[in-house]
Amino acid sequence: MDTDLMLKVYPFFLKAAWVTIELSLLTTILGLACGALGAAARLSRLAFFRFLGTAYVSLFRGTPALIQLFLLYFGGPQIGIQLDAFQAGVIGLGINIGAYMTETIRGAIIAVDKGQTEAARTLGMSRFQTMARVILPQAARLMIRPLGVNINALIKGTALVAAISVVELTYTAQRYIGSTYKPFEMFMLSGALYMVIIYVAGRAIAWADRKARIA
Amino acid sequence: MGLDFSVVPKFMDVILLGGLWTVAITVCAALLSFFGGIFFAVVALYAPAVIRLPMRAFEWVFMGTPLLLQLFLIYFGLVQVGIDLPAFVAGVIGLGLHFAVYNSELIQTAIVAVDKGQMEAARTLGLSRGQALRKVVVPQAVRDVIPPIGNNMIALLKDSALVSVIGVSELTLSAQLAIGRTYRPFEFYLVAAVVYYIINLGMEYVLRKIERRIALAR
Repeated sequence: MDTDLMLKVYPFFLKAAWVTIELSLLTTILGLACGALGAAARLSRLAFFRFLGTAYVSLFRGTPALIQLFLLYFGGPQIGIQLDAFQAGVIGLGINIGAYMTETIRGAIIAVDKGQTEAARTLGMSRFQTMARVILPQAARLMIRPLGVNINALIKGTALVAAISVVELTYTAQRYIGSTYKPFEMFMLSGALYMVIIYVAGRAIAWADRKARIA
Repeated sequence: MGLDFSVVPKFMDVILLGGLWTVAITVCAALLSFFGGIFFAVVALYAPAVIRLPMRAFEWVFMGTPLLLQLFLIYFGLVQVGIDLPAFVAGVIGLGLHFAVYNSELIQTAIVAVDKGQMEAARTLGLSRGQALRKVVVPQAVRDVIPPIGNNMIALLKDSALVSVIGVSELTLSAQLAIGRTYRPFEFYLVAAVVYYIINLGMEYVLRKIERRIALAR
């Protein structure tokens, strides 16, 4: 193992890790927004919104994220969407993971006992009040852990943007593998950084889960 | 530059051939991940610590890093140690191992959940531990986790797009080839997405059939 080389190039990997972290955070935010909207659509009283929500989940979970990313980044300009690679990465991955988060959020809302809705409605709350004050606070607790699973997949999924040449961890590893022919060393560096990011994210989610349970 | 789908039919044979390769790589990798998953699960549960612990480390690394990175490691790493595999084989190994680790997690829980009496009864009947595992415990465990393994296989189908990056001419790379000739990315990626979606629907159909079979067999 070539440790000299690893010591020489690791600052570039650290810098790239920040890009991966930025990508992960922005994608998580966009994914949660899409997921919340998607779940609201799927649980709507209007058949039209339910159809939109179902189509969103089915299409974006039924095709590869890589194709969605390419369609947005390379195909976008043809229909008037000009994005740089980083923006395309965040938007493409965010909308993709949003489809998975839609199902997670919907699952958590459905899992709240029906009696809760009935009781709230009997007490004279409107449908909206019931959702906002009774159902969502309980569902929020249930969804933290499964959303954590989505976020874990998302962090590893950010590697895809290497294919549209965003200089993040995987792209950096790929470039150095190409120039040094040391795939194992480059894998060690980038892999270790991914594992640190995933570990920290996992701890944060476990912490949030614990907090929510105590409350 | 607007959209023009009139160029699509000329490349449809390339795209469909790519689709066949996608199916081929998915099936090969799915089989590897299924049997690999069983093997990893049995090793993780029953092998001596000398084998078990490195295995856990291996699983931990595979679950904690992106598949794309693993594909680069396998494809270029094997060349480094003098094994020059065709991209297709490297892709199957990469996808197969990645999902074998995920399947192994599922199968491990299922093996632990199989009633203890099954092992005891098999041993009483004179089967060795290995035989009892192979013929009694593992088949029951695997049957219990077919639906979640099926979900992993659908994820595998979609992740098979990644092997285009190491040069396997499956659906994604075929679309890119057509784009290189025509400069029409939107049209061809959309066509590729449609083909993936159809393969996906077909796969879900087959998996549902298998699940129903198993439910009936109980």
